[in-house]
Amino acid sequence: MENLNSYLVVSAVLFSIGTIGVLTRKNAIVMFMCIELMLNAVNLTFVALSRHLGNLDGQVFVFFIMTVAAAEAAVGLALMIAFFNNKESIDVEDVNLMKW
Amino acid sequence: METLFFAIITLVAIVSAILVITCKNPINSALSLVMTFFCLATYYVMLDAPFMAAVQVMVYAGAIMVLIVFTIMLLNIRVDAAKKHSHMVVVGLIIGFFTLVNTVYLVAKSHVAQPTGPYSGDMIRQIGHTELIGKEMFTNFLLPFEITSILLLVAIVGAVILAKKKI
Repeated sequence: MENLNSYLVVSAVLFSIGTIGVLTRKNAIVMFMCIELMLNAVNLTFVALSRHLGNLDGQVFVFFIMTVAAAEAAVGLALMIAFFNNKESIDVEDVNLMKW
Repeated sequence: METLFFAIITLVAIVSAILVITCKNPINSALSLVMTFFCLATYYVMLDAPFMAAVQVMVYAGAIMVLIVFTIMLLNIRVDAAKKHSHMVVVGLIIGFFTLVNTVYLVAKSHVAQPTGPYSGDMIRQIGHTELIGKEMFTNFLLPFEITSILLLVAIVGAVILAKKKI
């Protein structure tokens, strides 16, 4: 096992890459994938610290994060399908108008 | 040897994560993201958490990514090479850079608590990671586990209602 800090630094780098992706990309599906990347970076932090502290609570939290990610994938992709049916596009710049 | 392995996995993980945010075609981004997920599963194995690695491969690289790729195929988005596929690149890079500096500074400067819990590496290897996780989840975390089922039910119903044109 490597020391704890290297895992935390890798996790920080992945989280930052995900942040840049969410802020710069226009395609809603790619933004969604970047959010998944950020969630996974946090999962890595949880598992590394759980292993370091000798406490399995963090790994149980990772389970719940995965459940939330699955629910988010189902609802988010359904929203994107509904949006695409209306506008024939998936760019977030086309979502700047409210109905009323 | 293990340090070299860690370095290789880190290189692959970061390069594929960068490919996720730079590829023009969403399918390429999705496949790079699968690669990143596999690297994270490798990290979990290195952290004595083989069950988490299996769940990572099955749930993330399997179920969620299949859902995303399926949606990309279903929507049939035309990749227009002339159109810009990103915006606010400079602002995004600056904010991402500050996030990185902030988190790395925090990691470097903070003092991590010493191991306090009962689960050592030897114990996990002897008893088995799956059994320990199962015991923890079905005793201390039983109520959140049950509430999770309600969350998934709501998500399924919501997805069906949102994606349907006429209910």
